[in-house]
Amino acid sequence: MSLTVDQPTELMELPIKEIKGRSLWQDAWRRFYQNKAAVTSFFILLLVGIFVIFVPMLAPFGYAETDWNFMQSAPSIENKHYFGTDSLGRDLLVRTAVGGRISLLVGIAGATVAVLVGTVYGATSGYLGGKVDMIMMRFLEILSAFPFMFFVILLVTIFGRNLILIFVAIGLVSWLDVARIVRGQTLSLKSKEFIEAAHVGGVSGFNIILRHIVPNVLGVVVVYASLLVPTMILFESFLSFLGLGVQEPMTSWGALLQEGSQTMQVAPWQILIPSAFLVITLFCFNFIGDGLRDAFDPKDR
Amino acid sequence: MSMQDSNSAPEKIDSTVRKVGADSVLNAQANQAKKVSQESSLLAVKDLSVQFTTEDGLVTAVNGLNFDLHEGETLGIVGESGSGKSQTAFAIMGLLAKNGRTKGSVKFEGNELLGLSQKALNKIRAEQIAMIFQDPMTSLNPYMKIGDQLAEVLILHKGMSKKDAWAESICMLDAVKIPEAKKRIGMYPHEFSGGMRQRVMIAMALLCRPKLLIADEPTTALDVTVQAQIMVLLNELKRDFGTTIIMITHDLGVVAGICDRVLVMYAGRTMAYGETEEIFYTPTHPYTIGLLKAIPRLDDDKGKLETIPGSPPNLLNLPTGCPFHERCTHAMDICRDVPPPLEFLPNDRQRACHWHPEMQIDDAGDVTKGMATDTNTDINNLSTLEG
Amino acid sequence: MTLSNIGIVKESLAPLLQVQDVHTTFNIKQKGTYFWQKPDTLKAVNGVSFELFAGETLGVVGESGCGKSTLARTIIGLVKANAGSIKFGDEEIVGASKRTMRIKRKDIQMIFQDPLASLNPRMTVGDIIAEPLRTYYPEMKKSDVQDEVRTMMKKVGLLSNQINRYPHEFSGGQCQRIGIARALILKPKIIICDEPVSALDVSIQAQVINLLQDIQQEMGLALIFIAHDLSVIKHIADRVLVMYLGHAVELGINEAVYGNPTHPYTQALMSAVPLPDPIAERNKVIQLLEGDLPSPINPPSGCVFRTRCPIADSECAQIKPELEGTLDHRVACLKNKVEL
Repeated sequence: MSLTVDQPTELMELPIKEIKGRSLWQDAWRRFYQNKAAVTSFFILLLVGIFVIFVPMLAPFGYAETDWNFMQSAPSIENKHYFGTDSLGRDLLVRTAVGGRISLLVGIAGATVAVLVGTVYGATSGYLGGKVDMIMMRFLEILSAFPFMFFVILLVTIFGRNLILIFVAIGLVSWLDVARIVRGQTLSLKSKEFIEAAHVGGVSGFNIILRHIVPNVLGVVVVYASLLVPTMILFESFLSFLGLGVQEPMTSWGALLQEGSQTMQVAPWQILIPSAFLVITLFCFNFIGDGLRDAFDPKDR
Repeated sequence: MSMQDSNSAPEKIDSTVRKVGADSVLNAQANQAKKVSQESSLLAVKDLSVQFTTEDGLVTAVNGLNFDLHEGETLGIVGESGSGKSQTAFAIMGLLAKNGRTKGSVKFEGNELLGLSQKALNKIRAEQIAMIFQDPMTSLNPYMKIGDQLAEVLILHKGMSKKDAWAESICMLDAVKIPEAKKRIGMYPHEFSGGMRQRVMIAMALLCRPKLLIADEPTTALDVTVQAQIMVLLNELKRDFGTTIIMITHDLGVVAGICDRVLVMYAGRTMAYGETEEIFYTPTHPYTIGLLKAIPRLDDDKGKLETIPGSPPNLLNLPTGCPFHERCTHAMDICRDVPPPLEFLPNDRQRACHWHPEMQIDDAGDVTKGMATDTNTDINNLSTLEG
Repeated sequence: MTLSNIGIVKESLAPLLQVQDVHTTFNIKQKGTYFWQKPDTLKAVNGVSFELFAGETLGVVGESGCGKSTLARTIIGLVKANAGSIKFGDEEIVGASKRTMRIKRKDIQMIFQDPLASLNPRMTVGDIIAEPLRTYYPEMKKSDVQDEVRTMMKKVGLLSNQINRYPHEFSGGQCQRIGIARALILKPKIIICDEPVSALDVSIQAQVINLLQDIQQEMGLALIFIAHDLSVIKHIADRVLVMYLGHAVELGINEAVYGNPTHPYTQALMSAVPLPDPIAERNKVIQLLEGDLPSPINPPSGCVFRTRCPIADSECAQIKPELEGTLDHRVACLKNKVEL
């Protein structure tokens, strides 16, 4: 044995404690932290989150409450309608917050479901390969070709406007791309030597997917997920704009936009304020997504 | 170097047995081998340093290189990872990354190369100095026929017409022993094997008859038998075209076969420099000695290999003093504090080491000092202690 | 070499691993073919036989395309053999059920070529080394597992306080040591080393080679050491198998193969290795091989080496040579034979 290895080792064991490793996640987090735009966006989103959670709790008005004294009034500080009211006299501040809850919920929950389902599907399909992979991918392609808008309209016609319906519709669409991406990543990982080493070590297929493949595709998936959220929010807004979204008086940013678009000339604040929130939120998610992508870039390793 | 008289017509070589370094039977249609001029050096490198500014700090990849290369000579630059051998080549060719800075002087035929404009460098590249790289797969454009790639060089640099350029390219492919060159010149790189692609690279490099050829690990990615073919080819071309070659490699066997002089690098510094026979048969630098002892040899029947302890240097965190001292069996106290100066010895030999073979046997104190340096070094960097 | 008299001893010893006429083929879909057309078969391993005895090192040497890596993966079960037999002890590996394979895995382990790529970048070193142990002995206590891991790390020359670090924080040589520790933790009988030192620096190669030899001595392991570097094989192997295009062309004890290379390919290979001895190297006579490696999809008839062989004739195109000779030295050649 080479000298430096044997002798000092014994002597050094006792006093030195274990060195904490620096995982790749920590590296990525450090890089993300250095990205000013991404961190700023994160804080802005945090503020928006606080806004949508606490404002309805603290505001003097309910989101469905009509204030007969101030119908379609402009934003003002004296009458406590800081964002003004809509044509039915409902306070826009509270409605924006409540609408934000729905939009963000749909966006984040939708993205989460998409990621979970898509990752499992894609990893399994990519790992198993062969005929199973072929069948799974053909199924995916059939779903991709499906005319979803018609399907959603059909559902709404049958079941009426329902929040659950929105989730179903969005969930059906969103996981497809994630699955495809994860499958691609899995295919490229499959030939890597540490997967072979896991086989040689007797690890079962399920555990290989869970312990070896999924953690290594998570980087890509997280980036994609953060860019998926704005897509979800937009999709929901689109549905609401078409009148297929949440049931009145519950609202979302899309629904608010729809209402605001009808009174654009007389009450511009009705469309400007919700759209400002929507735009800022979308921007922030996009910046965060970009920041994550740069942070996970393996080039630095 | 011997001169090769040209025969009237190229002979077909039947025998598969060749002597490495023997005179070539090849007909030199182009230049004759030039006589070696001992006085003027083709490439004079003085105190060459290359530094990179990275987000982790300043990295000195090359630190104070000195050598003179004469026409017709072959210099081997040997080193492991982190030794800076490839960066030296890039510095000479002006191919350094954007965050790289050079210091010192590299004079080619008396003209300074460092700091030249891209335009001037482009003129020199291919015509005066050419380079071939390690991976023949990625060095050729997969979307262009090799004929086009070869002709491109000639059209750009020699102003030839496409027809003439193709004809000359076919001659060159013949010279590098590509069979059926006329047919193959219209093929794409992926239709060639690794060894053939490397020959095409060599042909492309020699098209303009450059005076200097820099080969960056040209045979590392090739099989042993293919490597032997390429080495024989290089030796023959050396004789026929009189090209001066800088061979960058980590393989001491390759160096022994083709190089007249050797430069041993470690962590960007010169450790030893001299004639190949002197360096191989009478090495005096502990790193060279260690390397020669550590490689398993076909002609030797040793028991255990004598290893060099420790791992290759981390250029971001070089040890103080001599970069090799932590792994050196002859390390002394001064090695830790003072980087050894480059000594210029007779017969154009250089070495950088505080220890000299004439010194008395190191007592146990010295050896354990070398070991003790290991245990006391940066606790947080223990990973560099083990190899 | 301590096992130079293995020739005498072998007849009484049963081999640990008996590989008999193994064939491994891959189906290659050529570009531009329709899906109903039969794919081409690439014969990666084309009838290889050898035996491996306990405690010895078998060096498998050959150039790219010779099938040595595929052979390794066939033995360890990463790739399915299409024909032939691989007997480990008494049990047949070819066509074995997943359960049998799983049990056999404990005794046959592998070390890979690319040190960093063979380690999961998201797992700590401790987890990587412990994984085989946790897979086969899930009931082991966490502290016991940790102890085993630390012992193994010390054995391969790593400081055990590095146990929570990640692979990218180590050098190439250290990563290879981690791979070795992982392979050793189940205390296997055979370790297949697939070019374990090719990606390492020269000075680190020597360390890892010495380490493998020490561990082999200590644990009584049999090693199948695959490399393309003849000098490394000469140093470490007791017996040598030379492969060319999926065929075994020469098999014998170290002294026989290196001292008296009989197959023309072995001779060419030996002469091509560059020696770090300037005078010897420059006066060396090299046997250059003409031409290129034939396609493994369409290998030449008879002896696959005949297209590049200096002594081939018409007979070589018709008859496929088999390994024949003594227990110490066998050659698959119609022209050059081993003296009995």
